[in-house]
Amino acid sequence: MKDIFTFGILFSTVRFATPLLLAALGGLFSERSGVINIALEGLMLAGAFASAAVTHYAGSPWIGLAAGIAAGLLGALIHAVACISFDADQVVTGTAINILMLGVPTLLSGALFETTGSTPPIPRTNLIPNAPVFIAFALVPIVWYLLYRTPFGLRLRAAGENPEAADTAGVSVIRIRYAGVLLSGALAAIGGAYLSIGQSSLFTRNMTAGRGFIALAALIFGKWRPFQTMLACLLFGFAEAASIQMQGVIPHVRVEYIQILPYILTMVVLAGFIGASRAPRALGQPYSKE
Amino acid sequence: MKLARELLFPLIAIAAAFVIGGIVVAIIGDDPIYTYRLLIGSALSWPDGIGYTLFYATPLIFTGLAVAVAFRCGLLNIGAEGQLTIAAFATAWAGIEFGRLPWWLLIPLACGIAVLAGAAWGAIPGVLKARFGSHEVINTIMMNFIAAGIASALTQSYFKEQGDPILETRAIAGAGHIPRLGRFIPGLPSRLPLNFAFLLALAACALVYVFLWRTKWGYEIRATGSNPSAAEYGGISVKKEIVLAMAVSGGLAGFVAVNEVLGYRYRYYQDFSANYGFTGIAVALLGRNHPLGVLLAALFFGALTRGGLFVDIFTEHVSKDLVFVLQALIILFVAAEALFRRRMGKRVS
Repeated sequence: MKDIFTFGILFSTVRFATPLLLAALGGLFSERSGVINIALEGLMLAGAFASAAVTHYAGSPWIGLAAGIAAGLLGALIHAVACISFDADQVVTGTAINILMLGVPTLLSGALFETTGSTPPIPRTNLIPNAPVFIAFALVPIVWYLLYRTPFGLRLRAAGENPEAADTAGVSVIRIRYAGVLLSGALAAIGGAYLSIGQSSLFTRNMTAGRGFIALAALIFGKWRPFQTMLACLLFGFAEAASIQMQGVIPHVRVEYIQILPYILTMVVLAGFIGASRAPRALGQPYSKE
Repeated sequence: MKLARELLFPLIAIAAAFVIGGIVVAIIGDDPIYTYRLLIGSALSWPDGIGYTLFYATPLIFTGLAVAVAFRCGLLNIGAEGQLTIAAFATAWAGIEFGRLPWWLLIPLACGIAVLAGAAWGAIPGVLKARFGSHEVINTIMMNFIAAGIASALTQSYFKEQGDPILETRAIAGAGHIPRLGRFIPGLPSRLPLNFAFLLALAACALVYVFLWRTKWGYEIRATGSNPSAAEYGGISVKKEIVLAMAVSGGLAGFVAVNEVLGYRYRYYQDFSANYGFTGIAVALLGRNHPLGVLLAALFFGALTRGGLFVDIFTEHVSKDLVFVLQALIILFVAAEALFRRRMGKRVS
C-alpha cells in the first residue's frame, strides 16, 4: 500500500479533480437556479476545442482560454434559450448539446486543420499548466460566499427552490436562470480548456471522456453545496489517480474495477444518504409567468 | 388529420435542422446542395445504400423503442448505452461458452441472454428509483460507466484472444451466427451486414405497440407516465410500474446485441456502439415515443449515418460529424416545439 499513497498521488488527485471541480461548480450555478445541466460534458468539449484551436493560431493560452469561455457561453446560451425561453425538457436539450458538441469541434477541426478531429499540438511554452487548478480551488469559497452571502445568491437559490415566490418578490426568474446557465457554460469551458491546453497540448476527439457527467455526479454527491462538491470531486480525482497508480500494484485486481468504484459509490450515496428531496425543489421545472 | 399533425412538427424540425446544417457546411467551405445530394443519394441507392441504411437503423430501432417505453412511464432512460454494452458482452459470452450447442438452441439462448442482461441492467436504476427515490438519469449515467468498465475488465482477463491488440472477445461459435438477409432477398448481396435482427426490430415495434396499447401492463405504465398520483389513486403501484418499464426498456436495448454480436461482428468489441444509446433518445423524441414513429425516425437516422460516411469521403472539408450536428439540431427543435404546440393549442381553445 505504501506504493500507492505517495506525494505523487496527492498531486495527481488535485490535477484530476480540477476539470471536474470547474464543471461541477458551473453546474452548481445552473442547478441552484432550477435548470438541470446535463450538458456539462458538451460545454467542456466546446471549451477544450475552442481554447486549443485559438491558442494554436494566437500563440497565447490566455487568448485561447478566453475563446474557450466564449464557446462555453455560446453552448450554454443554446441550452438556456431552449429550456428557459422555450420550455423544452432540460435533460433532452442537455443531451442535444452533448451530441452537438460531439460533432461541431471535430467538424471544425477537420475543416481547419485537415485532421480527423484533433488540433495540431501546441508548444509547451504556450500552455497554461497550473492556472486552472488555482482558479478552481479558489472558486470554492468564492462560490460559497456568492451563494449564501449575496443578494445574487439569494435570488439564485430562490429561483431554484420556489420560483413563484421569487417572482412575487420581484426577482426575474428568467434572467437569474440565464445567468446560472451561462455561468455554468463559462466554468465548464475552463474545465475543458484545462484538459486541452493544460494537462495535454492539443484537442482530441471526445477528450473529456465522460468527465462532464462525473462532474454532475459530484455535484449531486456534494448535495449542490460548494465545499461538499469539492470533496466529491477530490474523491473522483483520487479514484482516477489511484487507478493509474495501482496498475499492476495489486495483482488480480484490474484497473477497471478501481475506476468504477466512484460510480458505484455515487449510486450508493444517492440511494442511502441523499434521497429525492435534496435537489433544488424547482429543478427541472420550466417557469413561465402566468 | 391527426397523423398529418403528428408528422408535421418532426418534418419542420428536420427541415430547420437541414437549413442550419447547410449554413454550417457553407461556412466550412463546401457546397451544401452537393453535400446533401451526396448524403441522401448514397443512403437511398440500391442495394448498398438501402442495405446499409436498414442495417444502421436496426440498433436505433431497439434503443429508440427502449427510450420510448421508459418515456411513456415518465422516465428518461439515458442508460441504453450501458444496457446494450452489458447485453453485448453477455451475448458474446453465451456464444463462446455454449458454442457446442446446435444453432436452434444456441441462437434463442443467446438472444434470451441478451434481453435478460439488458433488462436486469435496466431494472437496477428502476429499483433504486422505486425504493429510494434516487434519480434514474444519474443512476443510468453511472451504470453506463460501470457497464463499460466491467465488460472491458472481463474481456481483458478471460475472453481475449492471446496477443490480440484490440479489446475484443474471441469469436462466438459459428452456430450462433444469424443469417444475413442477402441470402433471402434477390439482388441484395450477402456481403451487406443487414441481418435477421432487422426483422426482429420490426417485430419489436409491433410488440411494443401491442404491449403499450393492448395489455393491462402497458396501460398501467402509460397511466403512471401521464399522472402518477392519479395512477396511484386508481390502484396502480407506481413503484412496480417504474421497475417494469425500466426492465422492458433495458431488455429492448439489449436486443442491439443480437444485431451486433450474432449478426455482424460475431464477438463483443469495445466501443462497438456508435452512441446508439444516446441517439435512441433522439429517435424516441422525433418518433413521438410511438413505435411507428420510432421506426420512421430510426430509418431516417440510419440513412443519415450511411450518408454521413459518403459525405466524409467525397467532400473536401465536411466530415461525417455533420450527422451529429443534424441530429442535435433536430432534437433541439423537436424539444422546443412543445411550446409552439401549446400556444397553438391555447389559441384553438
